[in-house]
Amino acid sequence: MDTSFRLFPEQASTAAEQVDRLYVFLLGVASFFTLLIFLLIVYFVIKYRHGARADRSQVSGNRYWILEITWSLIPLGLTMIMFGWGADLFFKVHQPPPDCIEINVLAKQWMWKIQHADGKQEINSLHIPVGKPVKLRMISQDVIHSFFVPSFRVKQDVLPGRYTTIWFQPTKTGRYHLFCAEYCGTSHSRMTGEIVVQQPAEYAQWLRGASSESPEAAGESLYDQFRCGTCHNNPTNPRCPPLDGIFGRMVRLEDGSTLQADEAYLRESILDPTAQVVAGYKPVMPTYKGQIGEEEVFQLIAYLKSLQPPQQRTPKSGPPPFETPNDTDQQP
Amino acid sequence: MSVAELPRRHYLNANYNIWSWLLTTDHKRIAILYMISLTLFFFVGGAAAILFRLELMTPQGDLLISETYNRLFTLHGVVMVFFFLIPSIPAVLGNFLVPMMIGARDMAFPRLNLLSWYLFMAGGILAIAAIVGGGVDTGWTFYTPYSTTYANSQVMAMAMGIFVAGFSSILTGMNFIVTTHTMRAPGMTWFRLPLFVWSHYATAVIMVLGTPVLAISLALIALERGLGVGIFDPKLGGDPLLFQHLFWFYSHPAVYIMVLPSMAVVSEIVPCFARKRIFGYSFIAFSSVAIAVLSFLVWGHHMFVSGQSVFAGMVFSFLSMLVAIPSAVKVFNWTATLHKGSISLETPMLYALGFIGLFTLGGLTGLFLATLAVDLHVHDTYFIVAHFHYIMVGGAVMGYLGGVHYWWPKMTGRLYPEWWGRVSAVVVFVGFNLTFFPQFVLGYLGMPRRYHVYPDEFQVLNVMSSAGASILGLGYLIPLVYLLWSLKYGKAAGPNPWNAKGVEWQTPSPPPTLNFDETPVVTEEAYAYPPLDESSAEGEPLEPVAN
Ligand code: HEC
Ligand SMILES: [Cu+2]
Ligand SMILES: [Cu+2]
Repeated sequence: MDTSFRLFPEQASTAAEQVDRLYVFLLGVASFFTLLIFLLIVYFVIKYRHGARADRSQVSGNRYWILEITWSLIPLGLTMIMFGWGADLFFKVHQPPPDCIEINVLAKQWMWKIQHADGKQEINSLHIPVGKPVKLRMISQDVIHSFFVPSFRVKQDVLPGRYTTIWFQPTKTGRYHLFCAEYCGTSHSRMTGEIVVQQPAEYAQWLRGASSESPEAAGESLYDQFRCGTCHNNPTNPRCPPLDGIFGRMVRLEDGSTLQADEAYLRESILDPTAQVVAGYKPVMPTYKGQIGEEEVFQLIAYLKSLQPPQQRTPKSGPPPFETPNDTDQQP
Repeated sequence: MSVAELPRRHYLNANYNIWSWLLTTDHKRIAILYMISLTLFFFVGGAAAILFRLELMTPQGDLLISETYNRLFTLHGVVMVFFFLIPSIPAVLGNFLVPMMIGARDMAFPRLNLLSWYLFMAGGILAIAAIVGGGVDTGWTFYTPYSTTYANSQVMAMAMGIFVAGFSSILTGMNFIVTTHTMRAPGMTWFRLPLFVWSHYATAVIMVLGTPVLAISLALIALERGLGVGIFDPKLGGDPLLFQHLFWFYSHPAVYIMVLPSMAVVSEIVPCFARKRIFGYSFIAFSSVAIAVLSFLVWGHHMFVSGQSVFAGMVFSFLSMLVAIPSAVKVFNWTATLHKGSISLETPMLYALGFIGLFTLGGLTGLFLATLAVDLHVHDTYFIVAHFHYIMVGGAVMGYLGGVHYWWPKMTGRLYPEWWGRVSAVVVFVGFNLTFFPQFVLGYLGMPRRYHVYPDEFQVLNVMSSAGASILGLGYLIPLVYLLWSLKYGKAAGPNPWNAKGVEWQTPSPPPTLNFDETPVVTEEAYAYPPLDESSAEGEPLEPVAN
């Protein structure tokens, strides 16, 4: 039996220390009031026990109101501090810095599949370098799971059908628990893994070892396999929007709104093309739901992200060069 | 107190045959029916807990396989929440006492009251059937799409059972509301109502408004699971978070269905054993209403890490913080009631003081969960398990036991052995803290809830918790034994063994079938305990209450 005893998990991320500080503040408040009530009860019970001689003259008047107002306002003030402090930190924890290492996470009953940017894959373990912010883009293939690293003080549910993201910056090398925190069926408690935080050099070496096909390359072969190109790369087929430089582009939709093409948009465009139709095009793209798994979607997105915007653009950002002029009537 | 005798005719011996019980419309007999059925459910749910606490003594899954473990914690949650805690105080003590406290002869709708017991039993039998027929492994929260598409267990039967039992809750709530409005005795104005009735009124409003949403979410689960209609599973075009919104819209207020009635009980016991009018009557009354209203606006605090937007998280965090205020107001007012009282520590008072302490800690740890950045870490860990057990077991169950001890003489006409009562209260308090306090630490260390196997470093705390659970279990068995014993051998209690104020104490124990021989007329506020002498040695006049 492991008899080591501790009250706090290790602090291994930039967030950990900040969350702990807030937690200690809460502990202070909670202990103060628990003790206050406890001691008051004990004191009153002894002093005013039945049969004991004590001054029991009742005071009346405004004192009563003053008390009620005081003990309503003090909790209000304290809880507002908790709210503000907690919300501020929460907000920060949801604002990834721009220079994150991005990693894809696929959860399924009952394992974590990790896809690194260069194509390296691992299961139930995640290697990351110390001191660098890391952002995970996560999706589940079946039910809801939750990515939880106690030493980093972060947790995010992983949903089917939708990307969620989480970021953290490890501050200490070592091995840390990864837990699935949302009940997900029979082997929920075995859906665990390990976060391995390494020195950058060590990490770089680890990444190099036995690297598999890059996700861009895998995505490209999927792109060919599913014949996306027959529509999208066909200069004579005016019915499809060009995909070069699609990632990060502002897209105008049929319903008049515009959005920036991010991973979630690309995923939806592939799996549910009719949900958001590009303005000026007919919703003729077939849905690939059920044919393309989430892992492959990650790869397709990686490929689409690698497509550079066309080199030459006509002024007024008109139609891309390979489109024949007679398309223009269909352009937005 | 003189040596009392049981009255010759009362509601218990008015009639002996079985149909006089099964077809009774007497609110007191219905309360007894509920009490018997709830006790059975309580020990079923408790047995499951003992089994999985045994399993958790070691980090490996050596006693049970995962399938069984998952079924056990689901059974424990479903049975305890839907078939014990939610009905506990309202259906037993509320049923028995609300009419008596307002000087009425029965509920406004006696037959509806009986129907709600039958619905409850029908739901309970469906739930038992689901358990016997293979069990359910979704957790009491039925999160989708696991429950609708992936779970391979008796989800439909269990959902049906809860659905049916929900209607019992709605009917009981309606009955309380109408009874409180229309059946008050002459002179019983709203601000003379005992706080017990105020709290039950607030509870009833939640039952009537919230339970239909639970019924809807369960019906939608059945639609998706049975007919494949895409509502929650993204593979069928649904949204899994929609279920969480619906479920918590009911299940958060349900926490207050469990704890408000407990507060109701404490608000009766504390003045009686401090021999003093309760401090801040109207503040306690309105804080019940405030809690009921706020309870409908905070469901999103169960979903801070679910993928809900950051903005929604902030709004729900803010609103959840506000719940602290009416809760704190109550705790401070109860404590202030003790000030300059004349306090004695009979069994009900021990339970009530235990409630105040445990509820305070439970409420304060709720603030940890409402604080966004901390919830990020402790959500779905043992911290949350500890927190809600402090509220639901430390709060609701302590309140229920306190109330049962306080009104047992009224319900049965007999006294239980006081010494054993005090022992049980202390054992429950100690066992409870030993079981659940280590879980706060465990949770902050990161042990997720619903884990069948766990890393070695969590074992010490788990062993402590399991040891506590066995003490707690014993603490619950002791009252079962001596209360049953007292039915036959207990001393006769007389109408008012505690010298308590309140209309229910002005009639014989056990009361006659129609509660009062003549309709009482109320001439004073609740808790009008005679003023305590300035500095007398006794601290109180021990004359029986004038009535
Ligand atoms: C039948 C022709 C066709 C095929 C095959 C096809 N698409 Fe499309 N695609 C379209 C059309 C038409 C649109 C624009 C209308 C819309 O948004 O649905 C579109 C839109 C898109 C968009 C959004 C573009 C933007 O400008 O916002 C993406 C991304 C995309 N397709 C990716 C793919 C991928 C990846 C494949 C292969 C797996 C694929 N498409 C196969 C016709 C096709
Ligand atoms: Cu999982
Ligand atoms: Cu899980």
